[in-house]
Amino acid sequence: MIVDPAGRAGWLEHPERVGFFTDTSICIGCKACEVACKEWNAVPEDGLSLSGMSYDNTVGLGASTWRHVAFIEQPVTAVADAAEGVRWLMASDVCKHCTESACLDVCPTGALFRTEFGTVVVQDDVCNGCGYCVGACPFGVIARREEDGQAHKCTLCYDRLGTGMEPACAKACPTESIQFGPLDELRERAALRVADLRAAGQDHAQLYLNDPDDGIGGGGAFFLLLDEPEVYGLPPDPVVTTRDLPGIWKHVGLAAAGLVATGIALGLGRRPR
Amino acid sequence: MTPEPKGPGAAWTEERRRSDEGRRRQKGPRRGEESRVPEAEFTSYYGRPVIKEPAWGTPDIAGYLFLGGLAGASSMLAAAAEVSGYGELARVAKVGALGAISLSAVALVHDLGRPGRFVNMLRVFKPTSPMSVGSWLLSAYGPAAGAAAVSEVTGILPGAGRAATLGAGLLGPAIATYTAALICDTAVPAWHEGYREMPYVFAGSAASAAGGLGLLAVHPADAGPARNLAVLGATVELIAKRQLLARLARPGEQSLAEPYKTGTTGAILRLAEFLTAGALVGAVLGRTSRAVSALSGASLVAASAMTRLGIFEAGMASARDPKYTVVPQRRRRDRRRGMNQRPPLLSVTVTNWVMFPGSVITMSSTFSQRIAALL
Repeated sequence: MIVDPAGRAGWLEHPERVGFFTDTSICIGCKACEVACKEWNAVPEDGLSLSGMSYDNTVGLGASTWRHVAFIEQPVTAVADAAEGVRWLMASDVCKHCTESACLDVCPTGALFRTEFGTVVVQDDVCNGCGYCVGACPFGVIARREEDGQAHKCTLCYDRLGTGMEPACAKACPTESIQFGPLDELRERAALRVADLRAAGQDHAQLYLNDPDDGIGGGGAFFLLLDEPEVYGLPPDPVVTTRDLPGIWKHVGLAAAGLVATGIALGLGRRPR
Repeated sequence: MTPEPKGPGAAWTEERRRSDEGRRRQKGPRRGEESRVPEAEFTSYYGRPVIKEPAWGTPDIAGYLFLGGLAGASSMLAAAAEVSGYGELARVAKVGALGAISLSAVALVHDLGRPGRFVNMLRVFKPTSPMSVGSWLLSAYGPAAGAAAVSEVTGILPGAGRAATLGAGLLGPAIATYTAALICDTAVPAWHEGYREMPYVFAGSAASAAGGLGLLAVHPADAGPARNLAVLGATVELIAKRQLLARLARPGEQSLAEPYKTGTTGAILRLAEFLTAGALVGAVLGRTSRAVSALSGASLVAASAMTRLGIFEAGMASARDPKYTVVPQRRRRDRRRGMNQRPPLLSVTVTNWVMFPGSVITMSSTFSQRIAALL
């Protein structure tokens, strides 16, 4: 279990790890986070269209959508005093700033790096647009922007953190569905919140990516969901691909050794005269 | 008590099932094996993919998987042919390796979003990034393969040419196989879950292509090592590919072999297998015939290219359909939580959370109801 990703990345002295706790149970789908993110980070417009997916116009996270609000309309049957109708789930998704981060691991240029706050950021002046991070991310967060050919994603407002401000999306959120703060504190708060919700009869309420022992070592951004992760378009059991890298290299090594042995065997043969 | 959802995205799940049934009715069961497997029950966000398709282009990166293999194994063959006295074969293999790796370099740089920054690949060395490892390998291998070919053709600096030939011959196997790590070290289900077999498929495919090129371009009497390499490579490729698909089929679970077997990709891979098997027979039985050897060689080169294209496209398809991400992960999570029965219809799963001091344990309602029934 990695408790200090910034320290592990080589930061000798660094502030405590910060992140997001997104409590979807109080999200009202206002998209203020999407707008604030675009405004602050000068993220270009990337198409607003009618998607046929409820109130969702941005469809998913991408190179130019760093906060994405998902809308799910669930038909519900009448139970006890509640009438038949629709249960409306809304959730603001964002880069998870994984403790074990696949995009950062596979980046061949070092453009992706771990900040002193424990977050993961792309350096625009280094990225050469190889696209490896895109297929490595288990959440489909990072993507390559057509216009400049480079990979982009949420920086957790690295510039704002540097001057002691909270990220733009959290600042703009009117219901405190997006909470920013030291990760340890957020995890404690989330545990209390999910217990409250369950006591109040929200049987599906669950925390997602809050566990430092999960497949990504826990998210720097984690969530309280009211249904299973896949309902929101999130993977149910993400694992950082580089966990298997020792095994991958082992088999590549054996296969390459087999080729070398074949070459030597071929070379040892003498041409019949 | 909140109202009970009929199902998260129930409408989507329902719609998907109906359209699948419609398709099946129209076409009829094409293969008995497939029609027996019911469509996996799963939920997604409006059918959107969970992961992103790798930002890699089909002619560029699929082509590179083939060309890199052809180049690497050709350099290895060139070195072996040179020391064992097959001069003409060595010459063909060196020129072939240089041609293939030059095209590779063009494809790789062209696929970058910022081609002008390709040199940034050499800012750092990261063993956690197969692309970084590959970049360093290529920057050592490329010049060696180039020097070997140029010295061979021009006759300049034969000593250095021989050293370059041996160097490229040693690096070649790494060039031919690291690309398996490149694609398997991603979140793409049909690639990642096959990481135990993919390197052998790639090694076999590369050897078969390099041997094939030798058979195609050199008279059979002078192509002994190429024939041996082709036969060994094609055999390894055929076996390893079968094993790859067997692992990905995962009996009783969502098959990750499906994208390799269906549609155009399936047809390409089946044709590649047919060509490889045919060429294998031709290379062995037609060893005295120039025409049969050349045809076998050409088939092997083509089959290797088709195999890489098929594997590339199968992975892309598995990234586009959320079921290949969601269903296996869901099953893995449920199994870890101690539920060994087939996961119930996800849309009616109710999760109960039971609080214990210091820990949170989850049980599905079906599970807890069974316990309640036992009591």
